[in-house]
Amino acid sequence: MKYLFNNFDVVAELFLQHLQLTLAVIFFSLLIGIPLGLLLARVRRLRGPVMSVLGIIYTIPSLSLFVLLIPIFGLGTRPAIIALTAYAQLLLIRNWLVGLTTIEPAVLEAARGMGLNGWQRFWQIEFPLALPMLLAGVRLVALSSIGIGTIAAFINAGGLGVLLFQGVITANYDKIFTGALEVTVLSFATNYFIRYLEQRSELRIYGKRT
Amino acid sequence: MISSEIISSPAETNTTPASKSGEIVFERVSKSFADNTKPAVDQVSVQITAGDLVVILGPSGCGKTTLLKMVNRLYEPDGGKIWMGGKEIHTLPVNDLRRQIGYVIQQVGLFPHMTIQKNIAVVPHLLGWEETRINQRLEMLMQLIGLPVSYLTRYPRQLSGGEQQRVGLARALAADPEILLMDEPFAAVDAINRERLQSELIDLHSKLNKTILFVTHDVEEAFRLAKKIIVMRAGKLVQYGTPLELVTQPENEFIEELVGSNNILRKLSLVDVNSILKARENQFYQASRSPSAENPHAVLSPQDDLRSVVSLLLCSGKDALPVKDAEGQLLGTIGYADLRNMLIANLPSE
Repeated sequence: MKYLFNNFDVVAELFLQHLQLTLAVIFFSLLIGIPLGLLLARVRRLRGPVMSVLGIIYTIPSLSLFVLLIPIFGLGTRPAIIALTAYAQLLLIRNWLVGLTTIEPAVLEAARGMGLNGWQRFWQIEFPLALPMLLAGVRLVALSSIGIGTIAAFINAGGLGVLLFQGVITANYDKIFTGALEVTVLSFATNYFIRYLEQRSELRIYGKRT
Repeated sequence: MISSEIISSPAETNTTPASKSGEIVFERVSKSFADNTKPAVDQVSVQITAGDLVVILGPSGCGKTTLLKMVNRLYEPDGGKIWMGGKEIHTLPVNDLRRQIGYVIQQVGLFPHMTIQKNIAVVPHLLGWEETRINQRLEMLMQLIGLPVSYLTRYPRQLSGGEQQRVGLARALAADPEILLMDEPFAAVDAINRERLQSELIDLHSKLNKTILFVTHDVEEAFRLAKKIIVMRAGKLVQYGTPLELVTQPENEFIEELVGSNNILRKLSLVDVNSILKARENQFYQASRSPSAENPHAVLSPQDDLRSVVSLLLCSGKDALPVKDAEGQLLGTIGYADLRNMLIANLPSE
C-alpha cells in the first residue's frame, strides 16, 4: 500500500485515464449499438448474420486485436477505444435486442392502433420498456472494458494497466497490488452505479418486487 | 348522474359536424395473407349506421378481426374501399385516422411504465390538447367507467383485470372519437366481470351514441350487446341483421345452428323484450311459421324433459299437447297450466 500513498497523484491520473477510456467506449458503443439494435429488432432476417459477425469479433483475443489495429490507427487510446467498442457491440446489442423484442405485442399493437408514429412509439414506449435491458448491457460493456482496458496499456493507451505492466516488469508487487486494487474499486463502483440505474428503470415498469 | 352532453360536447369533437361522421361503409373489401391461399376477408360489403353498436360474430379464423383491423388500417385491404363518415379512409394520413378511432383489444395493452392518467392522456397529448382540458376529460372519463379519480396516479399493474379493461376503454374514448373498435375486449375477463362489463358497455353506448364495432366469437355476448350483428364465416359475410332477424329469419343452416335451430329456449334467450316491442311497433314482424295443427312432432313422449315440453308447446301454438308412448298409445295431455301448477306447487314457500 505504500506505493499508493507515495504516488497518489500518479495513481489518480491513471485512474481517471481508465475511467475516461471506459466512458468513451460506452459512448461510442451506444452510438453504434442503439440504432443497430433497433434495426435488428425491426428486420428479423438481419439478426443471424449480424450477431454472428459480432460473435466472431468477440472471440479475437484482445492483445492480438490491439496489435492488429496498430498499423491502421497507431498507438494510444484510439485503437484501444476502437477495439473495446468492437467487443462491446455483442454484449450491448444482445441485451438491447432482448429488451426490444420482449415487449408485450399487445402494448405495441395498442400504441400503433392509437396513432403513435414510429418515432413516438420508440421514445414513449419501446425505449423506456427496453431500458432495463439496455442498462444491463451497458453494465456488461463497462465491466468488460475496465477489465480488458488494463491490457490496452500495452499499446500506450494509459490507464491502470500501466501499473500492472510496470509492476510485472520491475517485480514491484506493491505496484501490482495497487493497480489491481484500483481496477477492482473502479469495477465495483461502476457495477453498483449502473445497477442502481437499472433498478430505477425497472421499478418504473414492474413496481416493487415482492 | 352523467348526462350525455358533458361526455361529448360538440365543442370537443374534432370531426366534421355532420351527424353521419360515425358511419362506416365497407365496399367489396377483401384481404389475403401471404401464408394462406384463401382470402381472410372475401368481398365484404356492409353499411354500418352512425351510432349503432354492431357486433361482428363468427368462429375463429373467419376474418372478423381482420375486417375490424382494416378500419384503422392495422391491415391494408387488397381490394375494395372503406368509407368513414363519407370519406375514404386512405385519404387521411394513417396516424390522423387512428387518432380519430378508439381501439380496444383483448389483452388491453396498457403501457406498464405509465400511470393510468398518462395512459389515458396519450392521444389527447398527441392531438395537442391543453393541460386543463385533458384534466377535465380525465375526471369525466373516470366517472364514466366507474373508477375513483385516485386511480389516476396508479400504475396498470396495481389494477385488476376488469379494472384494466375499463381503463383501456377510457383510453380509447379519451379524444372523444366517433368510432370505437373493440376486438374481443372481454374474452380474457372472468364470467362475472364479463357480464358486468357488458352491461356497462350497453349503458355507455346509450349515453355516448358512438358507433361501436365489436368483434366476438361468443354468440350470447353478440346477441346481448348488438343492435345489429354481422355473421361471418370463412371470410364471407353470411348475414347482417338485428338479433331478432337472425333468430326469426336465418339466412341458412349456419345461422340456424348458431342461434340453436331446434332449441326454442335458446332462441328465446338470445332476444330481449325490447326487440319484440320494437318489432311489434314497426309491424314488420309476422309469425314466420303458422302453427300447424297437423304437426306430427307436436306430440309428447313420456321421456321428454320439461324444457322440450315448453319448446313444443310454443311451436305448436296450442295450450296443451297429447302425450303418447312409443306404440302411439295416448297417455294423457300436458299443457301450460300443468307446468305452472306443478312447478309452483313444488317450489319451496318463501
